[in-house]
Amino acid sequence: MTDRPDPPVRVLVTKIGLDGHDRGSRIVAAYLRDAGMEVIYTAPWQEIEAVVTLATQEDVDVIGLSTLATDHLIVPDLMVALSANGLDHVRVVVGGIIPEGEKKDLYTAGVKGIFGPGSSRDEIVASVQELAAEARQSKLAELRL
Amino acid sequence: MASDTKQLSLPGFEQDLAAWQSRYAKEIGEDKPVFNRSGIAVKPLYTPADWSGEAYDTDLGFPGQAPYTRGIYATMHRGRTWSQRQLIGLGTPADYNDRVLKLLDAGASAISLLPCNSGFRGVDGDEAPLALLGTCGTVVNTTDHMDRALKDVPLADISTAMNDPCPFTLLAFVLGVAKRRGVPWEQITGTSNQSDYISHFVANHMFYRLSLPGSRRVLVDHVAFCRQHVPNWNPISVVGQHMQQAGATPAETMGLTLSTAIQYAEDCAARGLDMDDVLRRFTFFFDISISVFEEIAKFRAGRRIWARIARDRLGAKDPRSWRFKFHGQTSGVDLTAQQPLNNIARVTTQAITGILSGLQSMHTDSYDEAISCPTEEAARIAVATQNILREEAHLCDVIDPLGGSYYVETMTDQMAAEIEAVIEKIDRAGGMYAAVECGLVQTLIGHSAREFQERIETGKEQVVGVNCYQDENAVFAEPEPYRPDRDAMAAHIADLKTYKAARGQDTVQRQLDRLARTANSTDENIFAAVVDTAEAGLTHGEIIACLRRELGFGQPLVVA
Repeated sequence: MTDRPDPPVRVLVTKIGLDGHDRGSRIVAAYLRDAGMEVIYTAPWQEIEAVVTLATQEDVDVIGLSTLATDHLIVPDLMVALSANGLDHVRVVVGGIIPEGEKKDLYTAGVKGIFGPGSSRDEIVASVQELAAEARQSKLAELRL
Repeated sequence: MASDTKQLSLPGFEQDLAAWQSRYAKEIGEDKPVFNRSGIAVKPLYTPADWSGEAYDTDLGFPGQAPYTRGIYATMHRGRTWSQRQLIGLGTPADYNDRVLKLLDAGASAISLLPCNSGFRGVDGDEAPLALLGTCGTVVNTTDHMDRALKDVPLADISTAMNDPCPFTLLAFVLGVAKRRGVPWEQITGTSNQSDYISHFVANHMFYRLSLPGSRRVLVDHVAFCRQHVPNWNPISVVGQHMQQAGATPAETMGLTLSTAIQYAEDCAARGLDMDDVLRRFTFFFDISISVFEEIAKFRAGRRIWARIARDRLGAKDPRSWRFKFHGQTSGVDLTAQQPLNNIARVTTQAITGILSGLQSMHTDSYDEAISCPTEEAARIAVATQNILREEAHLCDVIDPLGGSYYVETMTDQMAAEIEAVIEKIDRAGGMYAAVECGLVQTLIGHSAREFQERIETGKEQVVGVNCYQDENAVFAEPEPYRPDRDAMAAHIADLKTYKAARGQDTVQRQLDRLARTANSTDENIFAAVVDTAEAGLTHGEIIACLRRELGFGQPLVVA
């Protein structure tokens, strides 16, 4: 078992809420894919329930949400839904436009990273790698309980 | 370059040019190649060796003369300046009305209504999360809502653009309001300026509205209806802006937009509509990026190519049908969340570019648009920016002031060649509709977006506050983002629910059945049915839900 390499990180890149602009999420998806991760990419405008289902079925380590037009305001609802469905180990990061004063609410709700404009590719890739490792540890811990 | 060897009858020209070239090479040291955003190499100097004006009559002509390179009207901005059309969308209809009246008072001369993202998503306000309502766009779901949004706005005197994709419920509401106020539809002017379903599919993934074939049919129905009943309304606006914002280069954008226009014109012709009648009402909507000369060349080339397409390919006979009328919006993608006040300088630069390009209508972005929907102060500065450029800067004194510049004319020709190559590529794929169905357009845009981002990552493209001059970030306070009054929005939604419940449910069902039957027929006009349905009191979400059931849901065509 120790000899087997870790399977690639699995990331769901998606958008919830009402906005359809996906230039940023497509680029980030390509960055993560090029870094060797398995990226599950959805079209924008996903319902929260659909994201929970996908995250469960695809056994993802990390969910990356792109939000440009206030869709971050319902991210706390997604966090509650993930938790209610036994997905506490899944790490959630958000990218796009989050006004300074509204970041706190996201962190309080359990979001692990926020990537605003100007975030570099390396920074995003490194952070997702790290969070995925954490997610796997935490999933193992959950299973042992 | 071949043109360098062109023989010119200018005494001493060749020797002087050679002398400058050797001096330039000596003094510049390492001359790094420069490319514009469309990938065209830019030389340090342009001379009569690049552009001699020999083809003046065929390629340029005079303003108001085909091929309209120098402008579509004889007088251009010297006769009438552009419409100051600010895109506005926020909160409840009452919030919208308050902002519109203030900005009209401040100098705006036309209206543009942006519906809430819930509307774009195809649902009513009571079907979407309250937290998101009105944060980006106004919640307008019924004729009553539109009446409130346009209170004290004289419909017969002010041009009203509706950001209204298929099936055009917002225009249906406007027509209902006009009827209530006794304004004949002949007097209504404006544009369905999000009518371009193809741009939505490839750039904003508007598949939640209707399927591609469904949208295709409804658009032609909409054009046919408007030509008959709302003759001064522009039913089509071909939107290059979406594609450029999504990542297409300026040249690609113009090529894809003209290919889209060809597709729509051919679809109208296939329905038996008269080409001259339809093309006279075609309008275009573009992004104005901060790449100044490239944008000016893009627009000048676009005017020339469209005139030739309309005449030679689409067979329009009246020179007025060959006019490339366009609205320009300063590019939001160029704005930065970092050091937001700097966006005022960016918007000003983009606006000057648009004016020098000879646009007919313009929106200037607010400096806080990279953070949120514009606050009132920021929106006022955006309006004032246009006022200053129009009144103080002497930009409107001379028509096409950059015409005849060796650089601008050469770049116009080079952009034209790139644009024509894109149109050819789309033609080979079977036209724009087929190219979108198979994902070709999405792939093209995705690749260009990725390349541009890599240019920023590697510092080839410098963006102040993003990859250079970041030190100043700390001293710029972030503006307070616009958020609508939550209680007022909750009350607006409660009213909507009461309204829906209070209607005779038999009548509602009858109307929906009728709309469904029309959608299933092959010869009835769906938009005419949408207008009737809206007038009967049905809502945006109800109309779209019905048409989605009958015409199908779009499928995502994401190509990463």
